[in-house]
Amino acid sequence: MPSFVIDEKCDGCKGGDKTACMYICPNDLMVLEANTMKAYNQEPDQCWECFSCVKICPTQAIEVRGYSDFVPLGSSIMPMLGTEDVIWTCKFRNGTIQRFKFPIRTTPEGAANAYPDLRANDLESGLLSTEESEGYEMPKPQATV
Amino acid sequence: MALPNKPLGETKAVKDPEVEEREVDVLIIGGGMAAGGAAFEVRKWMSDDQSVLIVDKAAMERSGAVAQGLSAINTFIGENSPDDYVRMVRNDLMGIVREDLIFDLGCHVDDSVHLFEEWGLPIWKQSDDGKNLDGKKGQKMGTLKAGAQPVRTGKWQIMINGESYKRIVAEAAKLAIGEDNILERVFIVELLLDANKENQIAAAVGFSVRENKVFIIKCKTALIACGGAVNIYQPRSVGEGKGRAWYPVWNSGSTYYLGMRAGAELSMMENRFTPSRFKDGYGPVGAWFLLFKAKTLNGLGENYAASEAAKQELERYAPYGTAAVTPTCLRNHLMLFEMKEGRGPIMMDTVSALAELGKTMDKKELKHLESEAWEDFLDMTCGQANLWCATNTLPEEKNSEVMPTEPYLLGSHSGCCGFWVSGPDYDWVPDDYKIKADNGKVYNRMTTVNGLFTAGDGVGCSGHKFSSGSHSEGRIAAKQQVRYAKDHADFTPAISQSTEEIVDMVYKPVRNLLEHCAYTTAIDVNPNYIKPNGMMYRLMKATHEYGGGTATYYMTTSKNLEIVMEMLEMMREDCDKLAAGDLHELMRAWEIKHRIWTVESHLRHIQYRKESRYPGFYYQADYPGQDDENWFCFVNSKFDPKEQKWDIYKKDYIKIIPD
Ligand SMILES: Cc1cc2nc3c(=O)[nH]c(=O)nc-3n(C[C@H](O)[C@H](O)[C@H](O)COP(=O)(O)OP(=O)(O)OC[C@H]3O[C@@H](n4cnc5c(N)ncnc54)[C@H](O)[C@@H]3O)c2cc1C
Ligand code: SF4
Ligand code: SF4
Repeated sequence: MPSFVIDEKCDGCKGGDKTACMYICPNDLMVLEANTMKAYNQEPDQCWECFSCVKICPTQAIEVRGYSDFVPLGSSIMPMLGTEDVIWTCKFRNGTIQRFKFPIRTTPEGAANAYPDLRANDLESGLLSTEESEGYEMPKPQATV
Repeated sequence: MALPNKPLGETKAVKDPEVEEREVDVLIIGGGMAAGGAAFEVRKWMSDDQSVLIVDKAAMERSGAVAQGLSAINTFIGENSPDDYVRMVRNDLMGIVREDLIFDLGCHVDDSVHLFEEWGLPIWKQSDDGKNLDGKKGQKMGTLKAGAQPVRTGKWQIMINGESYKRIVAEAAKLAIGEDNILERVFIVELLLDANKENQIAAAVGFSVRENKVFIIKCKTALIACGGAVNIYQPRSVGEGKGRAWYPVWNSGSTYYLGMRAGAELSMMENRFTPSRFKDGYGPVGAWFLLFKAKTLNGLGENYAASEAAKQELERYAPYGTAAVTPTCLRNHLMLFEMKEGRGPIMMDTVSALAELGKTMDKKELKHLESEAWEDFLDMTCGQANLWCATNTLPEEKNSEVMPTEPYLLGSHSGCCGFWVSGPDYDWVPDDYKIKADNGKVYNRMTTVNGLFTAGDGVGCSGHKFSSGSHSEGRIAAKQQVRYAKDHADFTPAISQSTEEIVDMVYKPVRNLLEHCAYTTAIDVNPNYIKPNGMMYRLMKATHEYGGGTATYYMTTSKNLEIVMEMLEMMREDCDKLAAGDLHELMRAWEIKHRIWTVESHLRHIQYRKESRYPGFYYQADYPGQDDENWFCFVNSKFDPKEQKWDIYKKDYIKIIPD
C-alpha cells in the first residue's frame, strides 16, 4: 500500500533542510522535489506500508492507497499519533467506519531511563550491566547430557 | 514527472565524493533491536579513553523490522526455565541448534523486557480475576519485574501495545550512547581486514545517502547487526505490492554479506523461513491461533491439521512432528500438501473462533476482543487492516485466506541461518563451541574473524530470539566488544587499500553510469551497465524458478541448483557493471550485491546438505525426507577473502540439554 502525498497539504516542512518524512522512512523513499518543494514517494513498489511517514507528517499530508495489484479501491486507514495513544480510523469500502484507540507509551517522550550513570565492573563475568548492579545470579542448566 | 535522463531520486551522485575517515575502538553496524541493545549496553562497560560509534542506514527511531511496531514480545521466559526454552527451540528447528547460545539468551532476555517496560512500553497484564488488561490499564497491577502477570498467548509470548516499541527502544539506545556517537543514513558496504594482523577486523566502509560522502571507519572491533535478507525471492505480488514482504523489505542481507566477505564462517544458511500469513497483506496469524483459538480449514471446510492423514504424515518426522507443539515448517508442510492435492485454499476460520469465544462473553467483552484482533494488525502490519477494510472483511462474518510467503533468510525469528559464533565461556559449554581469539580468550558471540561480532538475525543456529532476544543478544555482544578492545588496547587497525581504491569501490556504480550514460537516449537501457532494479528482477526470477521459490512450491532439484549457481556466478560478475545516478540508487546497487551473495551462500548450503531437513520451508526432490544418519550435523561454510574461494563442510552437533 504505497504512501502518497496530498499536494495541497504538503508544505515541504516549511523549507527546512530535513523534512519529517525524509527523516523517518526506513527505506529512504520519501524525497522532496526541489522546484515545487513538495514531497513524494520515489519508489512506491518498495513501500512496506509501515505508516512511519504518515504518523510523522506535521500537516497530515501523507496517506496510503492500497497496492494496485490486490487491494480494491475505496478504503482507508489513518492513524493519529498522540503522546500516550494512537487513534486509528478505518474506513471500509462499503462506507462503514470503525475507530480504535490503543496505548503507545506509559512514560513521557524522552523519559526512557538509559541508566547514564551506571558504571559496570566485571568485564570477565557473563552478566549484563543492570544484572550486575542488581546482583542477578546466572542460571546453569538443571542437567546436562 | 522525470525527464528521460533524470536519474531516480533527488540527490544526484557525483564522480568524486568527499571522504570522511574515523577511528573508534568499538563499532556497531545497524540500528535495529540488536544494535539498539548494544548501544544501550556499551558505554556502561567502556573506560573513558575508549570510543564508540553506531551506524544505521536509516533513522533508528523507526529502522529495521520493528519500524511499524509489534503486538507481542515473543520471548519472555518468566516462570519458565531456560532449559525448557532450549527444548522448545530445538524441536521447532528440527533438532539441530546451538543449545549453549539459546540457553545463554534465555538467561538474559527478561532483563531487556523489564527495561522495555520501565522505558514506557505498555505490557498487558492479567487482573486478579484472570481478565486481560491492556498496557495502560494493566499498570495498576505493577510491573513484570515486581511480579505482575503478563498476558501469555503461548508459553513464551506476551502481549503488548507495541506501536511505539521501536521508538522507545531507540530513545534509550540514543540517550545511552550519546548523540555524538551516532551516524544515521550511512550504508555500510564492505568490511576490511587488517593489513598486518591475519584474520582481524580493521574497518568498515560506507557512504551517506544524504550527501556525496564516503566513510572509512577504522575500529578494533565491529558488531554486524543489519537484520536478515528480504526480496531475494520473487514475492507473491510483483506490482506495487512487491514491497509488501512479510519481513522488512529494506533488510538486504548486509549482515551475511559483510561478515562472509571478511571470511567469517556461516552456519545453517540452508535454513530459511517461509511463514504462513494472511494472504497478500501478510498480517500475523499467531494471535488467531493462540489467543482466539482459531483453526485453519482446507477448501472442503475440513480441519485438515487434525485429520488421521496429517497425524500419519507428522509421525514420519518424529520426534519433532509428534511433539506437543508442531514445528513451524511441518505446519507449512501440511498446508502445502492440501494445496498440491487440490484442496486449497486454506482459510482461517475467524468466524467460528469469535462465535465460540462470544458464548462466554458479554457484548462489551466481545467488542473488546474484536478490537484486539484489529490491533494485532494495526500495531505491526497496518496494510493487512486496510486489506480487510477494502474487501469489507469483518472477521466475525467472513473468513480470510492463509498462504505461505516467499522465502526469507533470518536468524532471530523462526529461522536459524547466520554466523558460527562463540558461545559463552562456561564450564558446561563444549570446547568445540568456543572460538579462541588470537590471545587464546573466548569472546561470547564473536565470529571466526577476530574482533568481529554479530547478534540478532546474524547469529546462526539459535532462532526464536525475536525482538527481546535480539536486544539482549546485542547487549551480550557489546560487552564482549568492549572487553576485546580493552584486551587489544595496543592494536592499531591498519588497512592496505588506498583511499582512492576505496572510493572507487564504493562509487563504482556512479562512475559506471557517468562514464557510459551519454551513449544511449534512455538512461535505464545501456549495454555497458545494468541498473539495480533490473538486477533485482534477475535475481528474483532465478531464485523463484530454480532455487525453490513459490513457483515450485519450494521444491528444487540437484540439476536446478546447478543451473542457478551458474546464473549467480554471472550475476556476481555483472555486479561490477551496476550503475547508479543518485544516492538512493547507489544504495540499491549495493543492496542487490549484498542480496546476491547472501542467496548464493543459501543455495550452496542447500546443495551440500543432501536431505530435506525442513519440509514446508524447502524440498530437494533428489533427497526427500530427513537422513539423520548422515546429516544430523551443522553445515558450515566459509568464503576465503584471500583465495576468493568457498569451502563447505559438516560440523558436529553436541547435545547439552537432555530431552
Ligand atoms: C512482521 C514482523 C513481525 C514480527 N513479530 C514479532 C513479534 O510479535 N514479537 C517479537 O518479539 N518479534 C517479532 N518480530 C521479530 C523481530 O522484529 C526481529 O527478531 C528483530 O527485529 C531482529 O533484530 P535485528 O537487530 O537482528 O534486525 P532489525 O531490527 O531488522 O535491524 C536491522 C538494522 O540494520 C540496519 N541496516 C541494514 N543494512 C544496513 C547496512 N548495510 N548498513 C547500515 N545499517 C544497516 C537497518 O536500518 C536496521 O536498523 C517480527 C518481525 C517482523 C518483520
Ligand atoms: S512530512 Fe509532510 S509536510 Fe513535511 S515534506 Fe513530508 S509530506 Fe510534506
Ligand atoms: S509507509 Fe513506510 S516504507 Fe512507505 S514511504 Fe512511508 S515510511 Fe516509507
